[in-house]
Amino acid sequence: MNVNEQPAIRAKSLTKKFGDFEAVRGIDVEVRPGESFGFLGPNGAGKSSTMRMIAGVSPVTSGTLEIFGLNPATHGSEIRNRLGVVPQADNLDGELTLLDNLIVYGRYFDIPRAECVERAKELLDFVQLSERSSGRVESLSGGMKRRLTIARGLMNRPEMFLLDEPTTGLDPQARHILWDRLYRLKQQGVTLVLTTHYMDEAEQLCDRLVVMDAGRIVAEGSPRELITRYSTREVLELRFGTGSNVEHEGRLLGVGNRLEVLADRVLVYADDGESALHEVHTRGLQPESSLVRRSSLEDVFLRLTGRSLEE
Amino acid sequence: MSRDTLLWRVAPPILRSARRPQRVVERNAIVYRRTPMVLISGFFEPLFYLLSIRIGFGALVGDVDFAGRSIDYAEFVAPALMASSAMNGAVYDSTMNIFFKLRYSKTYDAMLASPLGAADVALGEIAWAMLRGFVYSISFLVCLAALGMAGSWWILASLPACLLIGLAFASVGMALTTYMRSWADFDWVPAITLPLFLFSATFYPLSSYGGLAWIVQLSPLYHGVALVRGASLGVASWGMFVHVGVLLALATVGLSVAARRVETLLLK
Repeated sequence: MNVNEQPAIRAKSLTKKFGDFEAVRGIDVEVRPGESFGFLGPNGAGKSSTMRMIAGVSPVTSGTLEIFGLNPATHGSEIRNRLGVVPQADNLDGELTLLDNLIVYGRYFDIPRAECVERAKELLDFVQLSERSSGRVESLSGGMKRRLTIARGLMNRPEMFLLDEPTTGLDPQARHILWDRLYRLKQQGVTLVLTTHYMDEAEQLCDRLVVMDAGRIVAEGSPRELITRYSTREVLELRFGTGSNVEHEGRLLGVGNRLEVLADRVLVYADDGESALHEVHTRGLQPESSLVRRSSLEDVFLRLTGRSLEE
Repeated sequence: MSRDTLLWRVAPPILRSARRPQRVVERNAIVYRRTPMVLISGFFEPLFYLLSIRIGFGALVGDVDFAGRSIDYAEFVAPALMASSAMNGAVYDSTMNIFFKLRYSKTYDAMLASPLGAADVALGEIAWAMLRGFVYSISFLVCLAALGMAGSWWILASLPACLLIGLAFASVGMALTTYMRSWADFDWVPAITLPLFLFSATFYPLSSYGGLAWIVQLSPLYHGVALVRGASLGVASWGMFVHVGVLLALATVGLSVAARRVETLLLK
């Protein structure tokens, strides 16, 4: 078989248990080389546990897992040699400068020192941290640390890049810089695998994704496919004031395709949001505010699990 | 590590999975390149003992009988202090420093995400701690020479013995550190090393302990002191094989436990 035809990740009935707690409950995943793949779900869905197994730093409890066609239990080191990893919690080396962080990490991969220096400088440039190369890690902001971690993960020119919640806790500007860098990597043909609980991130970066909830995969597809399958083209958000959203449910029945009543608002799923709003007004209802927006993965998640992602 | 040496074949399986522990040593060397003085801070303790003995204590004690000859007390104690400095260096590094990297700075998590494994971390860190102890020993030796107390050239023969002491204490130190839960647990470190320092035939010969000599022989440092003293005074004996064996055994057990524990704690 041609190496390129080998899936980057192939998991069958993959399970992870910590004592009695089953964090990952038998998931099937296949990721093709060059693909951008996402695990989407709330905290505790089993995304990080899955990522750690893929990264070869957490033993599989049961089921099978192959990375580049290799078993992490027996070929962990070979697999990790071809992976780039951005863990959820920063584990940059606080005792080293930015430049040395990258050089030392490259040396773990047995890359010659001169080559490490060259790549480190290039990558600091790539993540826009060249000016701070002799500074210390603790002097960096959260977004800068994350960018440095990304640069570090690229030192070995990985075939697959694993990012666990890459933009959690970052301000919008820092997120956009990161997305841009990741998009460039994707264009270079690097397989991207990321976990996120941000819908917009998944929509921006992922060709294909799985929605996870309580250790299981509840849906799979491209962002567009999932929205088409589980939601409508548009969503009308109505706010009737705290506490009175539920009362209005009865009078809204039949407007749009489907209703979702939340504590703070009512979501009306409709292919044409404006005409749904017109219908609401025709029925003599006076919401405090209304908003028509495009459907997002947030709506998909709500539909699949009955819960909002941010809860 | 070459894969066809005897050492390789007798090594426990977990240590045979090591690939490039030297990269861990390299990382530490880069960290300390900036603060070299930190490396030798701990060697002052034995040096001060040495000075106190040299200044007055030695004159009160007089000569000591060792291996059938009478030697100056300072000459008797100096090798033991050198052995202690190797222990101190190894213990300082393999306890607090490793605890910090293991529990707080997540240095090992980053290493384990690379092709390095738990055995690389354990071997690399222990090798580094051993080297730090060795730096103490060499600095101590330089002081001895400066004070005119180095004696014969035989003292150089004690350097490999110091490396072995460092290896044994670094291994056991790291293995025990993986079981520590908080900084408070480190109060136990001096509670262990101080009696070892005082009662390992350091300041008086084994014969002085009378019926309790067997307890002294349980001390790992005793075997180190006996080796360094024998080597630096140029007195060889078959018993030295026992001393080497005890220290090597401790090193092997410590290394294996340390590697296994890093795996249990971080690769879960």
